[in-house]
Amino acid sequence: MKAKLAKAKPFLGLVLIVIVVSILSPNFFTKDNLLTVLRQTSINAIIAAGMTFVILTAGIDLSVGSILGFSGAICAYLLTNGTNVILAFLAAVLVGAVFGLFNGVVITKGKVQPFIATLATMILLRGATMVFTNGKPIAVKGESATNTLRYIARGEILGIPVAVVMMIVVFIICYHILHNTKYGRHVYAVGGNEQAALLSGVNTDRVKMLAYMISGILASIAGIIVLSRLSSAQPTAGDGYELDAIAAVVLGGTSLAGGQGMILGTVVGAMIIGILNNALNLLDVQSYYQMIVRAIVILIAVLLDRKDKNK
Amino acid sequence: MGREILRMENISKSFPGVKALDDVRFNAYEGEVMALLGENGAGKSTLMKILSGVYTKDTGKILLNGKELEVLNPKDAFDKGIAIIHQELNLVPNLTVYENIFLGREETTTYKTLKKDYMIKEAKKLLDRLKVDIDPTLKINEISLAKQQMVEIAKALSLNTSVIIMDEPTDTLTDKEVDILFDVIRELKAEKKAIVYISHRLKEVFEICDRVTVLRDGKFIDERLVSEIDEEEIIKLMVGRTLDEQFPYLKTNTSEFVFEVKNLTNKYVKNISFSLKRGEVLGISGLVGAGRSELGKTIFGLYPIDEGEMILEGKKVEFKSPKEAIENGIMYVSEDRKSEGLVLTMDVKSNITLSSLDKFKRALGLDKKKEERISEDYRKKINIKTPTLTQKVKNLSGGNQQKVAIAKSLLTQPKVLILDEPTRGIDVGAKREIYDLLNVIKKEGHSVIMISSEMPEILGMSDRIIVMHEGKIKGELTKEEATSEKIMNYIIKEEEDRIESKIS
Ligand SMILES: Nc1ncnc2c1ncn2[C@@H]1O[C@H](COP(=O)(O)OP(=O)(O)OP(=O)(O)O)[C@@H](O)[C@H]1O
Ligand SMILES: [Mg+2]
Repeated sequence: MKAKLAKAKPFLGLVLIVIVVSILSPNFFTKDNLLTVLRQTSINAIIAAGMTFVILTAGIDLSVGSILGFSGAICAYLLTNGTNVILAFLAAVLVGAVFGLFNGVVITKGKVQPFIATLATMILLRGATMVFTNGKPIAVKGESATNTLRYIARGEILGIPVAVVMMIVVFIICYHILHNTKYGRHVYAVGGNEQAALLSGVNTDRVKMLAYMISGILASIAGIIVLSRLSSAQPTAGDGYELDAIAAVVLGGTSLAGGQGMILGTVVGAMIIGILNNALNLLDVQSYYQMIVRAIVILIAVLLDRKDKNK
Repeated sequence: MGREILRMENISKSFPGVKALDDVRFNAYEGEVMALLGENGAGKSTLMKILSGVYTKDTGKILLNGKELEVLNPKDAFDKGIAIIHQELNLVPNLTVYENIFLGREETTTYKTLKKDYMIKEAKKLLDRLKVDIDPTLKINEISLAKQQMVEIAKALSLNTSVIIMDEPTDTLTDKEVDILFDVIRELKAEKKAIVYISHRLKEVFEICDRVTVLRDGKFIDERLVSEIDEEEIIKLMVGRTLDEQFPYLKTNTSEFVFEVKNLTNKYVKNISFSLKRGEVLGISGLVGAGRSELGKTIFGLYPIDEGEMILEGKKVEFKSPKEAIENGIMYVSEDRKSEGLVLTMDVKSNITLSSLDKFKRALGLDKKKEERISEDYRKKINIKTPTLTQKVKNLSGGNQQKVAIAKSLLTQPKVLILDEPTRGIDVGAKREIYDLLNVIKKEGHSVIMISSEMPEILGMSDRIIVMHEGKIKGELTKEEATSEKIMNYIIKEEEDRIESKIS
């Protein structure tokens, strides 16, 4: 019973925030606005889903924002040069997978701390994006390309924005992997006690490499959504997104020490951050103050959670 | 008869789903050793954690020297004169020995800088008192488990305490080290300290303790003088019934060899050769540090092999990882369940099935119903005490954690099972259950390599015994010829040779 309550906590936090914001701003609880919130949240939520895998293995991935930017730029370049849309998307995802795997290899085979390894990739890919784009946005041209991007950005499936549907699909798959498959169990085992996992016959290096690869893939999928929004790839796209993703995971109750947490908490964490951003805009809070409010809410949420866990 | 120093009355404590302690009373007396006995999960550690401020009690009171005592946290308990050596080691691995001994009460100069030399000297004195040769400036992760245990003891000694609690202190110690510890305990008795001694080794209770308190299922059963009770009666108080013979040895009559190791050599072991018959238990005896665990881990694919070969059922095998070893039917159960054996943050069920998830695979994901059913079978089979299968393993008592680790290994259905100190921290009843399990494994035609520092266990359950020292095999004995003297002779002779060669 108690344990169940603890698990429901991030969700209760979300409900509380929805109630408070609804009272403060009458424009909040409208269908249109809620869909906007969901659409805005989808990007962070998809990145955070990948981050959850990494954090569950007791790692961290700082490179997601840069992977997002770089794969977006590659995708935009290919589209502009007339590559088939599906192929361009696959290429973007491949970029994410390759650099995610690169992180994983450096961390497991090179025995480099995840923080440092992914920091290096973060800087490397941001630089590569700048070089590749010459520091200027790449605007996507060509009819079929722009149409597809517009569909992703503004289209709907059964009244739900396409990006939100993508987010839901991602989370269903991630949930399934983490809770119903051998790989998911291994992720928890590696994060909980790597040595014990190794002695239990878990290929711990492979588990970690895959986690970073999943994180890279999801970051590049988020990159495609970001690209679709503006129909152009910005050289700074994704800058700082890693922090929002980490915040969403932690708000969702996943321990940075690894081994403990749930993917559903991550959706809730991402929602809390998304609603907060939306509400601060609706309430016309000046952007500098927004940062301060966000920081305070995150701190309070995490502190409440910790206090409970120490008992 | 000693004066009563400590009195605990009406102590109760519940965890979600378990009443760990139910109206328990407990006393400790000046200059006496009180044994606290009971089966795995009886509540011994919980009671002592309440006394030392780790847990808060639900009800009851604690009196120290007649005055009511409130312990707020572990530091507070230390300051009020209660020191505890926990069952699970509590040392910071990458700090040095002396830093660990002085952790939380570092000595500083008036300028608040650390008096390092002073602390190193004091640490050395404490370790000398325990007659162990440990350099206080080494890091904890650079010394053996047994030495870590001695550091833990030194840490408690360094306090100006009136009550010293030792929760299974001899678990990782060799006989020699146990003797040293007992000398220290006798000194502490002479200093009029009260000592609480938790152990599953009844022999030790008769050697060092003055009284016993027995708990069963969280309830106080009895307090008795050791001089007025015998082993059989203690066991009866603990388990509520009498046990028959402790070592149910089963003779096997096979001659077929399943597993053979030839001239195995690497960083840790030298020229190891032995063979294992189907349905045989091969005991490996030796001192802590003899390279026994390293041998087990080398076979298990954890350490690379420089020379030599292994032959399993007639085929040459080579494992690059434990994963490959398990797939080929070799399983190893670590002596250190906390850091190598179990994922404490996962639940009982997930730990049991961790090495065998392929058995539960189906088209999409895992068959969780089957997983639950099979874990439940094992829970019953080896009697793991837990409120549910979804309880986190870190919330189980030490002995029950060990049973989870064994359940995990059995589920892989190994042809060769390597058990490293399999009954460490396990109560008499459960030990017997594990020995019965050994027999079941034998009858199923599987073989066991049992590494153990407990001489009676090695002598009682092995078909054959090999003795190791400094990474080498020093001798081999059959069940019929083996005695503890012969085993010790192999080791001592070696030690003497070594000393002689050093002198000359
Ligand atoms: N933190 C906790 N959360 C939930 N249950 C707990 C916790 N600590 C102990 N328990 C439960 O309380 C009971 C008593 O455990 P305790 O560790 O005191 O046993 P013990 O007598 O020391 O056993 P052992 O000889 O195996 O060490 C067990 O059923 C255990 O599962
Ligand atoms: Mg205990």
